[in-house]
Amino acid sequence: MTMLAPKLAAARAVGSLARRAGRGGGTSLPGKVLMRLDPHAISALAQRLVRGSVVISATNGKTTTAAMTASVLDLAGISLVHNRAGANMAGGIASTLLSAARPGGRIDGELGLFEVDEFWLDRLTAELQPRALLLSNLFRDQLDRYGELETIADRWAAVATSLPAGTRLVLNADDPLIADLGREADSVTYFGVEDRSIAMPEMQHASDSKHCRRCGHAYVYDAIYLGHLGSYRCPSCGRERPAPTVAADAIQLHGTTSSTFSLRTAAGTATVKLPLPGLYNVYNALGAAALCLDLGVSPELVVAGLEAVTAAFGRAERIQIGDIELSILLVKNPAGANEILRTLVLEQAELDLLGVLNDRTADGKDISWVWDADFELLAPRVRRLTCSGTRAAELALRMKYAGVPADRLVVIGTLEQALDAALSAAPDGRLFALPTYTALLELREELARRGHVTRFWERRGADR
Amino acid sequence: MPELRVCALYPELMNIYADRGNLLLLQRRCEWRGISFTLLRSDLGDELDPEAADLFYIGGGQDRDQRLCALDLAEVKRDALHAAADRGAVVLAVCGGYQLLGHSYQLGDEQLPGVGLVDLHTVRSDGPRLIGNVAIEVELEPGRPRVLAGFENHGGRTHLASSATPLGRVLRGHGNNGEDGLEGVRRGTVIGTYLHGPLLPKNAWFADWLMAAALGLTGPLDPLDDELEDAAHREARRAAGVS
Repeated sequence: MTMLAPKLAAARAVGSLARRAGRGGGTSLPGKVLMRLDPHAISALAQRLVRGSVVISATNGKTTTAAMTASVLDLAGISLVHNRAGANMAGGIASTLLSAARPGGRIDGELGLFEVDEFWLDRLTAELQPRALLLSNLFRDQLDRYGELETIADRWAAVATSLPAGTRLVLNADDPLIADLGREADSVTYFGVEDRSIAMPEMQHASDSKHCRRCGHAYVYDAIYLGHLGSYRCPSCGRERPAPTVAADAIQLHGTTSSTFSLRTAAGTATVKLPLPGLYNVYNALGAAALCLDLGVSPELVVAGLEAVTAAFGRAERIQIGDIELSILLVKNPAGANEILRTLVLEQAELDLLGVLNDRTADGKDISWVWDADFELLAPRVRRLTCSGTRAAELALRMKYAGVPADRLVVIGTLEQALDAALSAAPDGRLFALPTYTALLELREELARRGHVTRFWERRGADR
Repeated sequence: MPELRVCALYPELMNIYADRGNLLLLQRRCEWRGISFTLLRSDLGDELDPEAADLFYIGGGQDRDQRLCALDLAEVKRDALHAAADRGAVVLAVCGGYQLLGHSYQLGDEQLPGVGLVDLHTVRSDGPRLIGNVAIEVELEPGRPRVLAGFENHGGRTHLASSATPLGRVLRGHGNNGEDGLEGVRRGTVIGTYLHGPLLPKNAWFADWLMAAALGLTGPLDPLDDELEDAAHREARRAAGVS
């Protein structure tokens, strides 16, 4: 550790310089510097965590699932080192560990809780050596960055088979790609939805993974819940969805605000009133519940923690701006967007919306995906959609072809002006913002500049 | 009332970059003009009727799905596609579909058959995938150069034989192979391109050209209010660095 300390200090200094220079939160920069100085700093710092680490990955829901897990573990009195800002590649995780590191080889926290980018899972799992790995879903996402879904699935399969004995796997039984990761494992917990009443009549356009990875035959679904998640079996080789031991039924979705479901575990059944909307958040809650139960937390605390969760940054986050309640719903790929759209139309009224489509690197430079998302679902409900971002016109065009009359679409490239226009045209006092990832950061920054929210890195501890 | 009949080949398998955006453009732009629109599909194992559609569309897919489609195209649909092209139907093949339009697609030791509609072959490279915004200049009517803008993402390098005509020349981006400055292929109404997924929303003028060609029209289609279409086209050009 004597070798590590000066590197920690140097990396910290860079972060503080960047912040003072106004270069945003600098959430991953100090970590990147640290990794340059010591490529295995993550491993060295993670070893200080007396309760070890848990890792969460998925295409969609990482940040919220981790927030739910944190909410439960906080109640259980376990102190965390958690990359809660969502910086989930090596630099972000190194930064998180760095800011928790203390002199004398200590660290401020017992358990590491890390959401990890899909593409970094193999490398970061090797460094973190987690005691449990929660894997929730794989959807097509940013093909320009991640490549084909099958490629990621192959990499994840390699991770699953290379885990040290005793590592717990917590897997979504309803995603065939994920469920397959546990077929050969001996310590695996499956979670899934068991409520046929909430199934969709047919598969959505952007559905992936419709074929058995063992024999190549198309799966047959008894129920489709979300994208390609559901109850499936292969008619050729007989492979089928594993029976989940942590399950949700009696699911009720309450608009864009909340949901209720019955959580079934080995210990019995309990009702969960989840303060976050949509079926996708029921899945997130199931994953968090299965993980926390695996860590030995009592079912009572799991329920209490889930009910106490607050929205993660930009994930169904609600902000009051004068008379207007602004709900921010991050959209970044077709599967995630479809769930947001399904949730939005649970609201009975016509909707006023602000869509912000950016094509920066972190969004994916390829915006093709907007044509895969089922905006047709939303179209009849749009009263006004203000489109902004670097690809504002294509978003508006997508909505025009989805069936929204042209006079309900407004294109204003500059976010600042678009926000003003959208806020001034929300007669119901509600505005729904659908930003892509970098658009979310820009929107958050603009709201901070106006004093409506605090900047993320100024919230340290405030949201614990 | 005129009718446009579009047949999507393997819409469940070859759709990875939101290819349905192209079909949606064609559908709406027909409807807005009072042209009846029919969407047919042809899946693995289905016989193809060359007379049944005016425009045949093949999109992009993952390696596994592309392989299944390559075999099916070669074994089940080859003759019908040739017959369709010979009678002047439009064949639009995008990305992974484009790679199956020529003689073969070489993937390491494996060779996927092509349908042989155009004189080209494709080879999977060990080098980096060619990814990014792309803009090309095309001249579908002599003396009228126009720009197509979109996004490409492909591991294969496509090489045209000397007898083959490219769709256009690369203004920005990689094109067929990142080397010869050519993009896509065109033989009459048979068109292949690496501008993937929803290229028609970014190039509504091209959607109209395809419709006119498929319908066998000599005069122009009725104009539409294309303010948003034109704005999206400008955005796509700007993203590629061509204003």
